[in-house]
Amino acid sequence: MRTRTRVLAKEGSHDLTQTSVDQRSTPIAPGSEAPEFALPCTPDQSVSLADFRGQPVILAFYPEDFSPVCSDQLALYQELLPEFQKFNAELLGISVDGVWCHLAFAKDRNLHFPLLADFEPKGEVSRTYEVYRAKEGTSERALYVIDAEGVVRWSYVSPVGVNPGADGILRALEDLGNEAA
Amino acid sequence: MSRTEWGAALTMPVTADRDHIQGPVDAPVTLLEYGDYECPYCGAAYPIVKEVQSRMGERLRFVFRNFPITTSHPHAEQAAEAAEGAAAQGKFWQMHDLLYENQRRLGDPDIRSYAETLGLDIEQFDRDLAEHVHAARVREDFMSGVRSGVNGTPGFYINGARHDDSYDVETLLAALERASA
Repeated sequence: MRTRTRVLAKEGSHDLTQTSVDQRSTPIAPGSEAPEFALPCTPDQSVSLADFRGQPVILAFYPEDFSPVCSDQLALYQELLPEFQKFNAELLGISVDGVWCHLAFAKDRNLHFPLLADFEPKGEVSRTYEVYRAKEGTSERALYVIDAEGVVRWSYVSPVGVNPGADGILRALEDLGNEAA
Repeated sequence: MSRTEWGAALTMPVTADRDHIQGPVDAPVTLLEYGDYECPYCGAAYPIVKEVQSRMGERLRFVFRNFPITTSHPHAEQAAEAAEGAAAQGKFWQMHDLLYENQRRLGDPDIRSYAETLGLDIEQFDRDLAEHVHAARVREDFMSGVRSGVNGTPGFYINGARHDDSYDVETLLAALERASA
């Protein structure tokens, strides 16, 4: 367990850390094989990790649809889809919300990438990826970059109330490219 | 609230050639903001920055870069390009101020009326907007922010290091004074 000083809230932002200080999970380490999964993204479609073999995948686990930080974080990633596409990378959002909730959230926030429902059994994929918060019943705010062969190359768990930004993702994607070259 | 594990620092240094700068070049402290003209938190920060500038006077250099989140703010990109269009005619800061002072009126006719108020060459201004002449510059600002770890707006940097604390006047002033010491 890491010890950290508590994050200070910026004025006007929502400090979600107060309820769950510094109890962050340790994600699967780089070099490990990424666990396979298949999850629904709409009422009649599902997505599996194997669908994207041959290209990098970014998994963005987040606590809940419509919560303030999630919205900012995913809006930023939406803005960066063209950058991710330069690496031929696929972005997948994952939370424990159901598909109808995801659809409403995506429509409301103009998000145009798949949001996967880790809904039944609840949080199973989040648990597999070591980023489930059992007490709260939600995922951590966690990022994974998985390479074209299905190996975890970068993982990061952010304090749940803190938007981790995108610089870590872009750096990880660049590192994949550098090693391939 | 924007603390991440890695120390976020400005990746694109401030240069007089491309940046919009207020205050002396040899000021001991530089405050840089990544901002979105339609973001309400940036709107709230606008008078705070003014207050900080007036209290620090010649000891502070202030730099503004664009960080429009178009997914959430449909007028943000157009407003950023309008500010750059005004910059092309030597009136960046005048337009910057008008946009923040009229944050809820950022439609096309509104922006055009601000250009008229500032006495800009309207034909040129309209053409710049229609042809998105300044879009590349806005995107360059945005990506420099992403790479520097901006994870929400406003994103502040003090002498190149991300300011992760709150940005009320007193907190911001204290951080700027520490950096100038």
